[in-house]
Parts: sequence; C-alpha cells; structure tokens
Amino acid sequence: MGLLDIIAARRSDLEPPPAPGPVVDESIFATKALAKFLTLLTSRRAPVLLDLGPVVGSNVTYFGEQLGCKIFVEDIYADLDRHVRERKVESLPAFLAKRFVQADASVDGILCWDLIDYLDRNSAQALANQLMRMLRPDGALLGFFGTAQPRDMNYTKYVIVGDVALRHRQYSAARGRQAILLNRDIIRLFSGLRVSDSFLLKNNTREILFRKPA
Amino acid sequence: MWKRDEAVRPASGPTNVPPPPAPVAAGSPGLRPEASHSMEKDIVNIGKSVVIKGELNGSEDLTIEGHVEGTIQLREHVLTIGPNGRIKAQVFAKAVIVLGEVTGNVTASDKVDIRDNGSVDGDIVAPRVAIAEGAHFRGSVAMQRKAVPAAQAVKPANAAAAQPQPPLPQPAQAPTPMAARN
Repeated sequence: MGLLDIIAARRSDLEPPPAPGPVVDESIFATKALAKFLTLLTSRRAPVLLDLGPVVGSNVTYFGEQLGCKIFVEDIYADLDRHVRERKVESLPAFLAKRFVQADASVDGILCWDLIDYLDRNSAQALANQLMRMLRPDGALLGFFGTAQPRDMNYTKYVIVGDVALRHRQYSAARGRQAILLNRDIIRLFSGLRVSDSFLLKNNTREILFRKPA
Repeated sequence: MWKRDEAVRPASGPTNVPPPPAPVAAGSPGLRPEASHSMEKDIVNIGKSVVIKGELNGSEDLTIEGHVEGTIQLREHVLTIGPNGRIKAQVFAKAVIVLGEVTGNVTASDKVDIRDNGSVDGDIVAPRVAIAEGAHFRGSVAMQRKAVPAAQAVKPANAAAAQPQPPLPQPAQAPTPMAARN
C-alpha cells in the first residue's frame, strides 16, 4: 500500500454518508388507522393536508382527486438526511422550529408517518411542537412508531394502495432509527393532542391517530 | 385587347414580388427575436442558450429548454419544460409537462405532469396532477374533487385494490388503548 492509498483511505473516512440510493425493498402491509384518518378528512370541506414524507405521486392523486384536499408536501426525511450528510444534526431542532410556513391552526390532517423514530429527542420535540401548532382544533395526526430496533438504515415511502393497505417502499437513509419510544414518551411528545386510536400491527408498528382537542 | 393588357403591365418586365414578411409566432409577442423557434406543427421551441426575462404569452404549444424568469401564459396550450429548461416564473397553461426545473407556482386548467427527474418548487393548482417516481416536488397541490358520491369518497382506491396483490398481513390485535398498555 502506497502513501496515496493511505491518504485516500483517510479522506474517505471524512466523507459524509452517501446520498440516498434507489429503492431497496417493497412490500404491502395492512393499516388500520389510515381509514379512520381518511374518514376524518372527508368529513371536512376542502381539508388541508400536510405530508411530511417524500412526495409520492399516487398519494397526491389519491388525496387530491378523491378527497379534494389541498396537500402540502414537506419532505422532512430529506431535510434530516441533508443535516446528517452535512454533519449539522445538532442544528436540526432550530431548523425544524422555523421550517414550516403554515399558519397556526391551518391544517386539518398531518401524515407524520414514522418520522419521529428517526429524530433525536430534541428534534422530535421541536417537530411535535410545530405540528401541534399547525393542526386545527379537531384535526388529526397519523404517526407510525416502531416497537423493535431494526438494524438497517432505510427510510420508508408509504404508498397508499387502499384505505386498508400501504405499500412500504424502502430506500436508503443516512442514518437509522434513533430510539424506540414508549407509549408514554409518545404521549408526552404530543402533549397538546389526545390519542384517538392506537393499533399494534404484526410488523411491529404502532399506528397512532391523534386528535387535537376542539 | 391583348395590347391593352400589355399596356397595363409595367415596362420593367417580369415582376419582382417582394418577399413575404418573416413568420412571426402568432399571439406570442413575448418571444424575443433571439429565441430559436420552429413553427412546425405549431410548437415553438426555446433553445438551451436562450434566456428570457419578462412576460411570455402564446397561443401555441411551447417547449422550453432555456431559462425563463417572469411569467408564462399559454392559457389554451401545452407548456413543456424540457430536461434542460430552468424556469423561475409563475406559469399558467392548459397543461404543463415538467422534465426540467420549475421554481414558482404552476396553474393548469387540465393537467400538471412532473416526469422522472423533473422538479417543481412551488404550488400547483390543476384538476389532475401526476408526479413520477424520482421527481422532486416541494409545495402544495390543490386539485378539484371529482364528482363522487359521498358514500364512495372514503373508498377511492378500489381500482388499485382490485389488482392482484400479495396477501396482506393482518393486525396482530384489535385496537389497543394506550392507557391500557402503559
């Protein structure tokens, strides 16, 4: 091994994690909470929906055409990935506190997916505070929470294939899940909301539907 | 009689008909002379090297491969942002197909189609929106609800569900009250 090889190896140690790669896995799972979330949205006229995941064209079409929603797509997973790659994770809570331009109590529904699992405690609390701020009274928030610590470093795109099924389309992430939250931790995190429904699925996912008190 | 006709003709011999004026893109006064455009099939093409700042109006389909800043209005026609196109503008068209980059709000009376590798940063208003896998989008989408009976509105993905799918894993248990689990 020559000197250049040693230098190259050291440089590679300093390089940030690679950018997200292509889809690595795909499978379909049942969902119990999505139907309830949709029911809440359909009961409102021209509801406003906030999707915190990466844009999924079929989901946008689904919500837009069928439910008449106005949808805001804010890919927080991409923001998280960028902060990790640029080694600025410590600034993520402050970033999230200023990230959203939506007014207070202006959103009827929030699709949080499993984003909280990937955040450290401070970032999760900063995000939760913003979501509670934006949610209208009687609005709904749908979150997924893992009950087991997977070792892979993947995010999941949730593609709606019906009101009782989601296709989980995995793609690589800059870092994995940070912690497995207990129910009491989740409730404390969203202390301004109440748990409307909670489901434990066979795939070790807890689906929790929150409502903001009217 | 023949001589009378001859007398009417000018004495200079064969007439040199002046050339017709150069074709101008009808209804597209915003196009500048430097914009390279082909008039075949009423599709105007703005090339890679063209930069337009200001208001771009037209009454024919338009493909943009260059840079445009300002406003684009093709109310009854299709606007295609090519892979090299870079748009910082408010866009109004019948249909908008995005293969390049758009920064600004997009309003279409028919459809907005963001293709693979296409990028839109802005708000979309259109009856139909298609976003391909691999496309980038940040903003909001406002679509008109289809005329669906209220009873069916909650079950919109029947078509997708009707397609053969692998068997779904069932939930492990009934709804679990959080209080009971803690």
